[in-house]
Amino acid sequence: MKNIMAFASFFLKEIVRGGRTYYAWLVCLGLLIAIGVAGYLEQSVHGHIVSNMRDPVPWGLFIGTYAFLVGVAAAAMALAVPGYVYNWKPIKDIVVLGEIIAISAVIMAILFIMADLGRPERFWHLLPFLGKPNIPYSMIAMNVMVLNGYLVLNVVLVFYFLYCSYADRPYNRAFFMALMLFSIPAAISIHTTTAFIFNVLPARPYWNSAILVPRFIATALCAGPALMILAFQVLRKAANINIRDEALVKIAEITAIVLFVNLLLFFAEVVTEFRSATAHTVHMQFYFTGIGDDVGLAGWAWFGATCNVLAFLLLLIPRTRKYPVTMNLGCVLVFIGVFIEKGIGLVLPGFTPGSLGEIYEYFPSRVEAMIAIGIAGVGVLVFTLLSKAAIRLTFSEPLEEDGHLQVEGSPKGAYRPDPVRP
Amino acid sequence: MPNSERKARSTSRRQFLKAAGAGVGTLAGVPGAAQAFDLAEFFQAHFRELSREELEGVIQRLERKYSEKFGKAVTVDAVGPNDGVLFGYGLDLSRCIGCRRCVYACVEENNQSREPQIHWIRVLEFDRQDVIRGIDFEDGNPFYDHEEVPAEGKVYLPVACQQCENPECVKACPTTATWMEPDGIVVIDYNWCIGCRYCMAACPYGARHFNWTEPEIPADELNPNTHYLGNLPREHGVVEKCSFCIQRTRHGRYPACVEACPVGARKFGNLLDPDSEIRYLMDHKRTFVLKAELDAKPKFFYFYG
Repeated sequence: MKNIMAFASFFLKEIVRGGRTYYAWLVCLGLLIAIGVAGYLEQSVHGHIVSNMRDPVPWGLFIGTYAFLVGVAAAAMALAVPGYVYNWKPIKDIVVLGEIIAISAVIMAILFIMADLGRPERFWHLLPFLGKPNIPYSMIAMNVMVLNGYLVLNVVLVFYFLYCSYADRPYNRAFFMALMLFSIPAAISIHTTTAFIFNVLPARPYWNSAILVPRFIATALCAGPALMILAFQVLRKAANINIRDEALVKIAEITAIVLFVNLLLFFAEVVTEFRSATAHTVHMQFYFTGIGDDVGLAGWAWFGATCNVLAFLLLLIPRTRKYPVTMNLGCVLVFIGVFIEKGIGLVLPGFTPGSLGEIYEYFPSRVEAMIAIGIAGVGVLVFTLLSKAAIRLTFSEPLEEDGHLQVEGSPKGAYRPDPVRP
Repeated sequence: MPNSERKARSTSRRQFLKAAGAGVGTLAGVPGAAQAFDLAEFFQAHFRELSREELEGVIQRLERKYSEKFGKAVTVDAVGPNDGVLFGYGLDLSRCIGCRRCVYACVEENNQSREPQIHWIRVLEFDRQDVIRGIDFEDGNPFYDHEEVPAEGKVYLPVACQQCENPECVKACPTTATWMEPDGIVVIDYNWCIGCRYCMAACPYGARHFNWTEPEIPADELNPNTHYLGNLPREHGVVEKCSFCIQRTRHGRYPACVEACPVGARKFGNLLDPDSEIRYLMDHKRTFVLKAELDAKPKFFYFYG
């Protein structure tokens, strides 16, 4: 108990301690959060009428981003598998950072749901014992269960791991490994139930396809790792820690493979829709070409698809995958591509045309954007604080001066050649 | 709102919630206990889990609240279903002239928001040629604006809640705030709905509407005879829809839209009574339901020919 108190105080001291840059960063995040709070207050006073959602399109930016973030959270398994199932050291070192990204993403996802609820003060109606959750029929109720479970699981994993590092004692292998291995199917389950929210609805033919579940998992396992690669490089620069290039390149490789699966599934969906050309094709038509004079989302659709294809090529070809600039470009493109595919490309065409055929063109309002910015600020803040403490506790080995591991024979600044498999 | 939210987090037992709900119900009688009113509403249990006494308390509180708000005596009814009744609706498309009198009769009867406007009935106008090959909703226009109806070469299709026997909205609702009553009416507990709008995504008929802001109803236009599961005035952030005028039909009256229809296109009755008008029409007219392929089993039948 005494140890735990000492750990807690160490943890708190660590997150408030830092240089001028660290404080400047926290102030920036504080400003973003303030924007979000201002937006949320405005929404609380006037109701959701300050959004651009309306009856024909009752969900917009919030639910789209929520689906995207659940995917980012699920992507922690992209590190847990190579790290702990295949026991590959370079990735094993950074699994804890992946879990921290997952925690931040789940917190953001939950905040997006809360921001979307018309009566957020009644959220307890969703909880077992307190409320009356409609389990197993309502996929939102199911998703709330597994998402909160996943959050608790990751918090326990991360804090137990950090506590052991702090106390400088080996973790209880059976306990830790059981949780770590369980986090893999748990990650799949959070994203499966998120996909189920959409695809179990017979009323919305655009979503009512079983392929949506594997598509969700695939998008998750490319956008999440892409974000991790970028975040890890920022951490490496900011905290001067040893995250090995080969780990990043390996994650990029995983991203490329999964991105291929994602493109294939998406292609299959597109071919099925347009070749069969039934009344249901109208939604995908709306997405890719617009209907009549309305160009609608077509610009986004093609931009998103182009991002994904370019990113796939950049991360597939070994030369561009291993070269930092092109690898990072690939990661940014995947992130944007998947965000469009899952945010705009998933939710909006599902509702347009609406169930009685009405076409309402939605675009997020100023207040929606403000709230989203605020929630992003909260997520980055959680990530910053947790990863700062985690880095202090788990990484001791500093890097070479220029921030890269030097490998014999490799050109300066280039990533290390293919890592040796264990 | 944030205040009550915090209270919810610190509370961890349903028993306590129930006790608090019931307890504050009695507190509501104390003058100047304005704060307690909100608390009672916040801790109120799901409609179907209220005991008889709790329900009494809830009804008294709501009657007081709305009478005060609108400056006239508002009654809240919670009468249950009648045995041997399963309500069904019929609409004769060959008679409908698209006048939208039903739309506005519904708004007046059911206390929908006037600003912004919420309509539970939506009348779609189609070109006669377009419906020859079947109904494609994308061909329908709900915003037609002629001097006179019916317009030349047009047909009209009014759509409201289809009161499905296999309701997608009920399956979707994460909090069971919406359910089907034994007399077949799909109802909403407006005090339990969290406003997630999943039911709106799930409904194949666009029947559900959200209160995007605090609904506005002029006091003199308010219908004071309300039912808890029907035309009780709503507040911001909850979903609403047609309840077959539960406040009328459970007392043996017709829904307002049936009474308002000038051409007798709208029919209503008990599907379990073989001698009812609705059963006679179903036996003698050509009948169909919308989006039958989804198998939601609407109890809203369209007649033609």
